[in-house]
Amino acid sequence: MQTNLMVLIVAFSYLALLFIIAAWGDRRAEQGRSVVNSPTIYALSIAVYCTAWTFYGSVGRAATTGLSFLLIYLGPTLAMLSGWLVLRKMVRIARSQRITSIADFISARYGKSGGLGMLVALIAVIAIMPYIALQLKAITVSYGILTEYPNPSPPSLSLSNFLNDKAFWVALVLAVFIILFGTRHLDASERHEGMVTAIAFESLVKLFAFIAVGMFACFVLYPGPEALFAQAAAILPEASRSFGLDQIPGGTLGWFGTLILATLAFITLPRQFQVLVVENVNEQHLRRACWLFPLYLLLINLFVIPIALAGLLGGSATGEPDNFVLTLPLSAGLNWLPLLVFIGGLSAATSMMIVETIALSTMVSNQLVMPLLLRWRSLHLQQSRDLSGWLLGIRRIAIVLILILGYLYHALIGEAYSLVTIGLVSFAAASQFAPALLLGLYWRGASRNGAAAGLLAGILVWAWTLLIPGFALSGWMSTDFIDQGPFGLELLRPYALFGLEGWDIYTHALFWSMLVNIGLLVGVSLFSRQSHMEQTQAALFTNALRPEAEQAAIWQGQANRYELYRLLNRYLGSSATLRLFGGHIPAPQDDTPATTALIARAQQELTGALGSATARILINSVVRGEALDMASILSILDTTSQTLEYNRRLEQKSTELEQIGNELRRANERLRELDRLKDEFVAMVSHELRTPLTSIRAFAEILSDAEAMPAEQQHHFLQIIVRESERLSRLIDEILDLARLESGRMTLHPERCDLVELCRQAVDSVTQLFQQRSVTLVVQLPDTHCPVMADPDRLLQVLINLLDNASKFADSSNPRVLLSVQVHKHRCRVHVEDNGPGIVEAERDKVFEKFHQIEQSAETGGSGNRPRGTGLGLPISRGIINHLGGRLWVDEPQQLSGACLVLELPTAPDEEGGSQSEAQLNS
Amino acid sequence: MPHVLVVDDEPNILLSLEFLMQQAGFSVATAPDAEQALELIHQQCPDLLLLDISLPGMSGFDLLERLRAAEATRKLPVVMLTAHGREVEKEKGMALGANDYVTKPFSTRELVSRVQALLADTQQGG
Repeated sequence: MQTNLMVLIVAFSYLALLFIIAAWGDRRAEQGRSVVNSPTIYALSIAVYCTAWTFYGSVGRAATTGLSFLLIYLGPTLAMLSGWLVLRKMVRIARSQRITSIADFISARYGKSGGLGMLVALIAVIAIMPYIALQLKAITVSYGILTEYPNPSPPSLSLSNFLNDKAFWVALVLAVFIILFGTRHLDASERHEGMVTAIAFESLVKLFAFIAVGMFACFVLYPGPEALFAQAAAILPEASRSFGLDQIPGGTLGWFGTLILATLAFITLPRQFQVLVVENVNEQHLRRACWLFPLYLLLINLFVIPIALAGLLGGSATGEPDNFVLTLPLSAGLNWLPLLVFIGGLSAATSMMIVETIALSTMVSNQLVMPLLLRWRSLHLQQSRDLSGWLLGIRRIAIVLILILGYLYHALIGEAYSLVTIGLVSFAAASQFAPALLLGLYWRGASRNGAAAGLLAGILVWAWTLLIPGFALSGWMSTDFIDQGPFGLELLRPYALFGLEGWDIYTHALFWSMLVNIGLLVGVSLFSRQSHMEQTQAALFTNALRPEAEQAAIWQGQANRYELYRLLNRYLGSSATLRLFGGHIPAPQDDTPATTALIARAQQELTGALGSATARILINSVVRGEALDMASILSILDTTSQTLEYNRRLEQKSTELEQIGNELRRANERLRELDRLKDEFVAMVSHELRTPLTSIRAFAEILSDAEAMPAEQQHHFLQIIVRESERLSRLIDEILDLARLESGRMTLHPERCDLVELCRQAVDSVTQLFQQRSVTLVVQLPDTHCPVMADPDRLLQVLINLLDNASKFADSSNPRVLLSVQVHKHRCRVHVEDNGPGIVEAERDKVFEKFHQIEQSAETGGSGNRPRGTGLGLPISRGIINHLGGRLWVDEPQQLSGACLVLELPTAPDEEGGSQSEAQLNS
Repeated sequence: MPHVLVVDDEPNILLSLEFLMQQAGFSVATAPDAEQALELIHQQCPDLLLLDISLPGMSGFDLLERLRAAEATRKLPVVMLTAHGREVEKEKGMALGANDYVTKPFSTRELVSRVQALLADTQQGG
């Protein structure tokens, strides 16, 4: 037995040690050398699951109902093994959405519904109250046993005498302790690294203490486990038999129910959600926790049965099964081991109370009180610069109130249930969160209304089937309704709802509450419409593990003053930025967060400069802590992309217009050019027509006016008139030809003809002319035929024109012209050369332009023997030859030194083929 | 007897103008292009120039410009001949200092009378 003082000193020392560890953990976190960034610490902190209920209650449950206690740990093991899928998703979402609690998580999933958050927070407080009461009970009972063994006084449970109740003082001391290291400062992420460190330490302490008792039972009290089991089998045959699966209350069904209950509660209990999800610093830590935590559970349960059996064997010396862990070493007369057990139990209880209270106080302040206060206009909290003082105050008050409520529950009805029973009532309440939480992770269609309806109905069923009967059984009201149903309605009996009898009360309650919970969640979701916000959040939650979902994290976090300064400086210029920062430029290493007011002003300034959508995007690129709802992000992106799309289309249109404009400009230029050419052509035609006309008129007038004129001169003048008239009509013919060629109206009648023969005809036609001009014509024709498809009249015209031209440009003193025909495989070529001055390279294409005339030398021009050309002969010739599928060009002279014009036509196919092609032509 | 120089690249027109001027009682020289015309102007100092605009090489306008630029020929009466009926050509010729302008085909009597009138004017003024 220990003295009161001794126990108190040890207990307070332990709490002080915890505080030191927590402070150390916090300091390390502030220094950036986090201790909790370790998968082992993470796994150990999850062991907050093992509370005083585990520490004391497991043995109690094992002693009374056999193996069923294992289910409470099998459930979490299952949950942990599937953790990589489910928990990782929750961790990922909690990180990106800055989730602070399970109430926040569920609220965020369903469109950040404040109402749903309140509901969850409220349920959590109600559900956890018994659980906290359980811890208080465990601490006071263990303290009482430790100090008064073997005759502990019955706990005095009455409100009038609460100052004498140790549990009240325990609650108060813990409240102070939790306030001291749970709400020292407000962390934006709601992480409590110091707390996690302390919790991990506590997990080690309780494991060590429990194993110590187990070893003591197996190896000190008895020579070994085998001996213990053998003795138990001999002395307690009934107890030994009870360690069978069939002995679990409710049978297989109960076994299954408890397993599900434990699995769900492991995730949905506020403290579990806190350590598993909120306090997780790295989702990779889940990998080790997935096996390390189940291993921890295995170790802590290893000695449950030996201790239970040893306790049962101890008889009256060990008393209540819930206390075996403590009474077993006490009954053996040990001093140090009971103290260690007490510390172990204390650590189990305090760790649960610390985490649970912090988690609940966060929920209460964030989900219940602050939203209400912010709506309470007379407080003017919206305008308040810093709400953190309010938040801390609210949380501290909440911590005290939660512990007081826990104490009240303990004081009023704590005696009605054993430790395990109280725990399971809480489990059943917490598991009501599971449908909304888990379905929400995978089913996008789950809606806010569905979740609220399911939760509300589920918790009402829970209250009716577990909580209210619990109150009744502890003597606060008549228990008649349990046996007969309310108002005699047997169907509504809380332990046999709708006539479902024979199940253990937890499975029964779980069945009905889950049935209505899931039923309403699914049913209402199917028939209710999700708001836009709900849809976005649902998509973000269900798609959290997809790679693209990580981008959502960009919008989260804190704004660093320096980053904000750089952004503004870039877009607003230095003077405006400096004004905004009150004249102080933040240093690059200054990572103090910018105030919301500053961010708001910055955004305002940027909006003025860049428009609201861009400003929000820019601000969000540096502000990673602003609670910007996804809907507005999406709408920004939407408007931006719409604008971009609109801009893109405008750009496209303007490019198209520009292209059309360019085409029009080109067409216009082309038209102008054509118009200019037409004007030029008309002017040239006019000029060319006027020239012979001038001569004709002048000589006609001369002849008409002349009284006496020598006959010879008269004849000469008349000849000129005739020649010029011929020239005029030739010119008109050629102009018409050219017009026809250019408009495509010239009708050619291609037929098979011999180019060589046509050349002979051309030579015959010009012979007289050449003799007049005393030009020597050399003709080199092959003996073979050269069949071509051509209009013979037109081709002859071209050949004559070429020979005529050549004679004009041949050397004036000894003019010579050469005509030669070369027959190739697929084509025939006619060369017409002269020995004149030739055509320089640059002029070679110009000779085919209309009215282009190579300037003739004065002598040739002056001689009068050679009438000038019209300047249309070559353009017409080329037009005709092109029409016939051939080519006409100026080439280097081959045999003479002057100009050389080459005419090329494709050889016509053979006679047979010719008729064929003629047929084709005719058809 | 006034001396007239006729410049035209078209031989038949040159022939008709030569005949007309001789008939009108002037001594006549002919040139088929601007270069030969310049030479003859310096050699013979004609009293009047009948000048076609479209000449091979140096055009009638170019020749007129050069004549007006030189002191000796600044006041030489020049009658421009053109086969182009366009107003701009006439304007240009007058602007460059041509004394008269005749469009081809011309009336022989009108041409002769214009030449005579121009010669009379210059002799009176001179």
